[in-house]
Amino acid sequence: MAKPRQGNPAVYVGVLMLIGLMLGPVLYIIIGGFRTNSQITTDPAGLPDPWVFSNYTDVLAGETFWRQVGNSTIAAVITTIGVVGLGVMASYVLARYRFRGRGVMYALFAAGLMFPATVAITPLYILIKNLGLVNTLPGVILPQIAFGLPTTIIILVPFLRAIPREIEEAAAIDQCSRLGFFWRMVLPLSVPGLITTGILAFVNSWNSYLLPLFILNDQETFTLPLGVQAFASEYSVDTAKVLAFTSLSMIPALVFFSLFERRIVGGLTGAVKG
Amino acid sequence: MAGSFTVADRVRDGGGVKPAPPARPRRRGIGWAQRLEIAVLSGPAILMFAGFVIFPVLMAAYYGFYRWKGFGPPTDFVGLDNYRTILADTAFHEALLHNGQIVVLSLLIQGPIAVGLALLLNHRMRGQSIIRILIFVPYVISEVIVGTAWSLMLQTNGAVNDVLRSIGLGWLAEDWLANPELALWTLMLILTWKYIGFAVILFLAGMQNIPEELSEAAAVDGATYWQTQWRVTLPLLGPTIRIWAFLSIIGALQLFDLVYIIWGQYVASTAGTSTMATYMVAEGRNAGNYGYGNAVAVVLFLISMLIALVYQRFVLRRDTEGALTGGR
Repeated sequence: MAKPRQGNPAVYVGVLMLIGLMLGPVLYIIIGGFRTNSQITTDPAGLPDPWVFSNYTDVLAGETFWRQVGNSTIAAVITTIGVVGLGVMASYVLARYRFRGRGVMYALFAAGLMFPATVAITPLYILIKNLGLVNTLPGVILPQIAFGLPTTIIILVPFLRAIPREIEEAAAIDQCSRLGFFWRMVLPLSVPGLITTGILAFVNSWNSYLLPLFILNDQETFTLPLGVQAFASEYSVDTAKVLAFTSLSMIPALVFFSLFERRIVGGLTGAVKG
Repeated sequence: MAGSFTVADRVRDGGGVKPAPPARPRRRGIGWAQRLEIAVLSGPAILMFAGFVIFPVLMAAYYGFYRWKGFGPPTDFVGLDNYRTILADTAFHEALLHNGQIVVLSLLIQGPIAVGLALLLNHRMRGQSIIRILIFVPYVISEVIVGTAWSLMLQTNGAVNDVLRSIGLGWLAEDWLANPELALWTLMLILTWKYIGFAVILFLAGMQNIPEELSEAAAVDGATYWQTQWRVTLPLLGPTIRIWAFLSIIGALQLFDLVYIIWGQYVASTAGTSTMATYMVAEGRNAGNYGYGNAVAVVLFLISMLIALVYQRFVLRRDTEGALTGGR
């Protein structure tokens, strides 16, 4: 199976061990969900014998899981639309207009890249409370949009700057205003960049923990990460069910990721390396 | 803010190789129509960013001077008392120490492993793309899931100890989570597992930007594989490694999710895995002392900022010669 060039068997052994280590915990969650608690207690690392499906079907039949899937989906979709929409507009200005204060504006957004929501979480909670948005999804969505902007802008600005000036001039000759140019040329041309930043925003929102932890205290509004944690403490004796719940909750991020792996990796490395 | 320019320009110029473009003579004033366009297009983003990022940080500085339970406007002005308490609190010292250990250990453990793995995966081999997906999976799974899975597996009668016993390494079976001498290393293991994929993918991308002619030339000159990697690949990977290290340091300073999920606020301090962020949440929000929590946020912000600026000034500087802060 080795290719003639550099097909060193040691490399393959190393790679296989690596994959085992990386996937072991993930498989533990998925397979553990097919076992019973007594199986898990007597043989923590074993395979299901026999396979039971009731853990998964119980979770899927319950209302809690689907409500949390719904909340997570709403939060992630609106966050994504907000981050990408506001981000591409601001990036267009930063990439294609010359004006005083442009450097400061870019520097501010770039500085935001260095400070995730952790440092601002306490005052942010007070702000959301004063706005009356505690225990509502907008209370999570609005800050997520704001904190998602730096990454989006850093990725999109070089992207938009790369659109050749000739296209803009041609559009101007055809009586197209700069806003018209933005709408008819820039947006269609930047779709790949928009997809990358959109996926990053979606996955970040889907996995977000600290912000929902502060803002959402009501079970009705829980997103999946809070739900997993609540489920794990509520059913702490029912390990098998916790594993089933956990593995179901990671499916969307995994599906999303495997569909768009190239773009996510490209976007992340692009954000860091330019 | 000057320091942030460095990252911004690095990012924009793709490694900062190109010198910054000379400042163009600014056209005298721009038309009001263009001003309006600028305002309409960038206004919403600026408002969001100012309202939900900059404003809270400024408010933290204000609230930090008050003893305040979070109800009504703060009235009990205490000056620098909160800061004195933080700096005198041994629990905070411990948290700061843990953050420092995590910063250093992350670099020392993840850096070499990630370079090694990237070299390994840089070989042409079958199924390369699927391997790259798989190594990245832990990075995409949420911290909550990672935390839940590992804390189940690492219990004294959990899967990890069971596997160790079954392969005859039973003497290695330990109380991974509660033993204060081990817990920090357990945390490092989980952090490495979760975030190594990100480093590997970055380094791989960096390696694929290195022109193949260089290693071919080295091979013609009789260099072995390892000599080529050591003398050609690694030095050229320098800028990528330095940027990764920067992101790793910032992430380690602000680490919260995994510690809080696995150890919770009480166990984290007894097991020796508390961080500044878990201290902030435990002593601030969970204890109802919002003034104090905000003061801790300010301290965390200042420490991160200071380290970021120092790092950019002394480490990233060589990658950004000619950029705005590059020694001018």
